[in-house]
Amino acid sequence: MAGSESLPPRYRAGERVRVRAAFPPGHVRTPYYCRGHVGVVERLCGAFANPEELAYNRPGVPRQPLYRVRFRSIELWPAYDGGPNDVVEIEIYQHWLEAVP
Amino acid sequence: MSKPVGTAGEGSRGYYRRMQSAVEELLILKGLFTAEEVTREVEAMASRSYQRGAKMVARAWVDPAYKARMLADGSAAAEELGLEVGPLRLIVVENTDRMHHVIVCTLCSCYPRMLLGIPPQWYKSGAYRSRVVREPRRVLAEFGTRLPDEVDIRVHDSTADMRYMVLPLRPGGTAGWNEERLAALVTRDSLIGVARLPDAA
Repeated sequence: MAGSESLPPRYRAGERVRVRAAFPPGHVRTPYYCRGHVGVVERLCGAFANPEELAYNRPGVPRQPLYRVRFRSIELWPAYDGGPNDVVEIEIYQHWLEAVP
Repeated sequence: MSKPVGTAGEGSRGYYRRMQSAVEELLILKGLFTAEEVTREVEAMASRSYQRGAKMVARAWVDPAYKARMLADGSAAAEELGLEVGPLRLIVVENTDRMHHVIVCTLCSCYPRMLLGIPPQWYKSGAYRSRVVREPRRVLAEFGTRLPDEVDIRVHDSTADMRYMVLPLRPGGTAGWNEERLAALVTRDSLIGVARLPDAA
């Protein structure tokens, strides 16, 4: 992994965040189904080389903080018929997240 | 080599298999690695099985301090038992009477191979990957796992650098069992979270 610089984390566990509703071309590791949705940061996982850069043989630095974000299933899926407390947890890199005021 | 018709997926495996062989041959010709190294790596991958994960689970069932360490840092807990996990970080999630965890990778087929071996075909299928996040109860029911309504489901989508393993509930009727006996009860599907373990007979 080239370089060791990491971006500082912007969000803390428990904070509400929105996934950017962006649709860039290329190798992206943010699933479509959570884009534009609001979730809660479950934990910060550390900082990792950006896979969207690594996929094109670029160094992927500065490293991006990676979070596990928890989404309520009933918010992700309008027709969800499971329990109201069911959740999906997804790993999302910081540049895909926005603060929710 | 012509591109497959239609979308990428199960129907175009032949094309991608040929593409993979061609790239592998080129990389060997360029001297990036040798054919022997490829064989060794494939053998190492095939030799790993979910019994590694089962060993961790059995230890956690008999040793609460180990369980706490495992839930805090899965990779360190694997290494503690001499199990190599590689550079990816392992997160272990614990099933309880009120919470059931299930693992998926909706983007591809990320799987804790170092501890569970090669993933089953269904884990890589478009159907499992797209449905388990949207209708987990129905998918689990198709595996024969019917969860009571009061049990919440937590689906873990391994989209990046973490890997996940489920710590299943310890089956009833196993009081006093040693680790080896307990480990033999653990199934691969229970470590992915599509199955629960039946009580011991």
